[in-house]
Amino acid sequence: MSADANQPGTAAPEGGEHRRDSVLQLQSLSLSFGGLRALSELDLQVREREIVSLIGPNGAGKTTVFNVITGVYEPSAGDVVFAGKSIAGLLPHTIARKGIARTFQSLRLFLNMSVMENVMAATYGHTKAMPWESVLRLPRARREEREARALATEVLSFFGQRLAGYRWDQPAYSLSYANRRRLEIARALATQPSLLLLDEPAAGMNPAETHEITELIARLRDERDVAILVIEHDMHVVASCSDRVVALDHGVKIAEGGFDAVAGHPAVVEAYLGRDPEALSDAG
Amino acid sequence: MSLDSPPPPAGPPPPAGPQLGADEWVAREAHRREYLPSWLGRAQRQAERVGWWPRLALAGLAAAALPLIGLGGFQLQVGIDALVVALLAVGLNITVGWTGLLDLGYVAFFGCGAYGFALVSSGQVGANGIHLPSYLSIPLVMLFTAALGVLVGLPSRRLVGDYLAIVTLFFGEAFVEFTNNVAPNTLGGPNGIVGIDPISIFGHQITTNTGYYLLLVVVLVVTMAVLRLLEFSRTGRAWRAVREDPLAAGSMTIPVDRVKLMAFAFGAAVAALAGTIFAAQQISVFPTDFDTPILILIYAGLILGGAGSIAGAATGALVIMVIYDGLLRSPTDSGYLFYGLILLTLVVKLRPWRRLGLVLGATVALGFAVHAIAAAVSARAVAGSPTSTGWIGTAMHDWVIVPANAAVAGNWGFVALVCLLIALVQVSSRTRTILLPPTLYLAAFVWETRLSVEPAVTRQLMIGAILIVMMNARPQGLLGQRRVEAIT
Repeated sequence: MSADANQPGTAAPEGGEHRRDSVLQLQSLSLSFGGLRALSELDLQVREREIVSLIGPNGAGKTTVFNVITGVYEPSAGDVVFAGKSIAGLLPHTIARKGIARTFQSLRLFLNMSVMENVMAATYGHTKAMPWESVLRLPRARREEREARALATEVLSFFGQRLAGYRWDQPAYSLSYANRRRLEIARALATQPSLLLLDEPAAGMNPAETHEITELIARLRDERDVAILVIEHDMHVVASCSDRVVALDHGVKIAEGGFDAVAGHPAVVEAYLGRDPEALSDAG
Repeated sequence: MSLDSPPPPAGPPPPAGPQLGADEWVAREAHRREYLPSWLGRAQRQAERVGWWPRLALAGLAAAALPLIGLGGFQLQVGIDALVVALLAVGLNITVGWTGLLDLGYVAFFGCGAYGFALVSSGQVGANGIHLPSYLSIPLVMLFTAALGVLVGLPSRRLVGDYLAIVTLFFGEAFVEFTNNVAPNTLGGPNGIVGIDPISIFGHQITTNTGYYLLLVVVLVVTMAVLRLLEFSRTGRAWRAVREDPLAAGSMTIPVDRVKLMAFAFGAAVAALAGTIFAAQQISVFPTDFDTPILILIYAGLILGGAGSIAGAATGALVIMVIYDGLLRSPTDSGYLFYGLILLTLVVKLRPWRRLGLVLGATVALGFAVHAIAAAVSARAVAGSPTSTGWIGTAMHDWVIVPANAAVAGNWGFVALVCLLIALVQVSSRTRTILLPPTLYLAAFVWETRLSVEPAVTRQLMIGAILIVMMNARPQGLLGQRRVEAIT
């Protein structure tokens, strides 16, 4: 653990972090599977309208952090505080309704539902019409249906031509890989989150699409006022959009701060590349 | 890792307007494949332009008009059974087709509805019995069965796939054992409950089969309309989202467990509704009415019609039941079906036309040749006559050989036919063309000597054959949508 890298980064305005309220706080969060410690004593904070990147080699526990935050796993110790209240141990759909939305590293769309339905399905938690109201087309059901469709149209239009109207009634499986990633983000936005967890949004995309995603992440923050915690392996994306970077290795936070400080941090370099060969030969 | 390299230059600007990209083309192609080929597909498209409710209303009116043009007593009973199974298939579609929960105990909800109605509408309980009016008893039984559905659904929160299937199958079998053995004075044991009151609507008692037929048409149409309205509501979307990916559904604010239990409750309520009408129409219920054979028919209908589609579930169940209960009971009708199905498959699958003509011609020639040789060798080999009657039997008389000991020869022929069929799907296209005429001839031989005289066995085989053909020709079912499996 290295405290010396824990300083305000160059990407974030000096002192700006402290003015904003914290949205998400992980407090010495630990998670064990039997004897395996997937996360240990992890502290992490995401503030309002902040983009925090989570980096680390494969198996470092990045997706596990997402799974604990969204309630897929229950933490063995420590706490997850969202908007001032503990959400540790709550069910995933309750956490989602409180305002945490996520995308998945291995895309998990509702493949056999239409593009529009994928997004509308995510409004379930914010609608209340009972089945008989839907069947009888009572006023509340009709209003909610209208609002859900309007919200879905709005979040889909966020992606411009990529998810344009002619695709709305097509099944999600007919979308290209990059469009599936976009649809996952659109679906997450339909839950009206205040914190968005993006798990490798640029994975498998070509350079142009990667660039587009980078801009999109910044737009999400600016236009939709969401805080974003993003896992990403593409360092161009991390460098250009994050306010703060947190590096994980073996479930432990090894560095935190601005991109340049974290990227140059000896512990991070070691985690990715192994120990300095000269140091090794000295030791040998 | 290139931590210090600059971000890449912006890619080419995205195109201004929509254009036909590769994925768009694939999507359109996939959409096109949803439809049947040639004029059938065009008819399908035209039908889709009409809204769903005029189509449903038209189908309902057509079904209601059938007794007017004169259905015999047997045909009417087949119609009633088919409508009951269609109602069951439409209900099963909620749990299996939409929510993706393989519920093999579904038939127990049907039984629960029937027994529940029987108990509160007969002299079975107490000295004078309970005779609740239908407008009270039917909703009560449906509510009770829905509650039972929730109980049975409870394991579905943890058990998925095969495990849920086995647990629910156990429940279904337990229901049969329960009604057979528990409280024989109330439930009647193997003797069931008899003397059940008819259903009465607006003070009018339904006592004729035509009445029950019409009631079932109305109930089926209304149920389908209700479910259609539900399918594209928040509840229906949640059901399908849970089928597609429960983990993602949970992360998208959908309470997965509650949604699953709701699906079980709705499916059970529809099954109970079918059960009440079934009990009232039959005037009696027995444990064996709710055993596995009926479950298999419901599933066969749902799969044939296309799981996930309301119209598909109803159509599939009607088709299966009319074939199974109606056509396959008479040797002549089942003969038409058998030869018709073979001919249809050949016409659809064999291309070019030259090949089709060649195969058919060779089969006819082969038959006459084999018959002539067999007759020359031994008179006993052609001593029998085809079991098909009517013009098929006449046409076959000098073509197919039917030996004196038809049953034994037919058994061996059946084994050989199965072997040939297995070989047929393994070999190359050229060899298949050569093997086809003897296979077709052998099929006719087995049919005339063995299969058509054993309708009880044959109709099971035929249902299996129809499902196999369907799986190859149109895996999504008659009216189903093509589905992809997520690869994770």
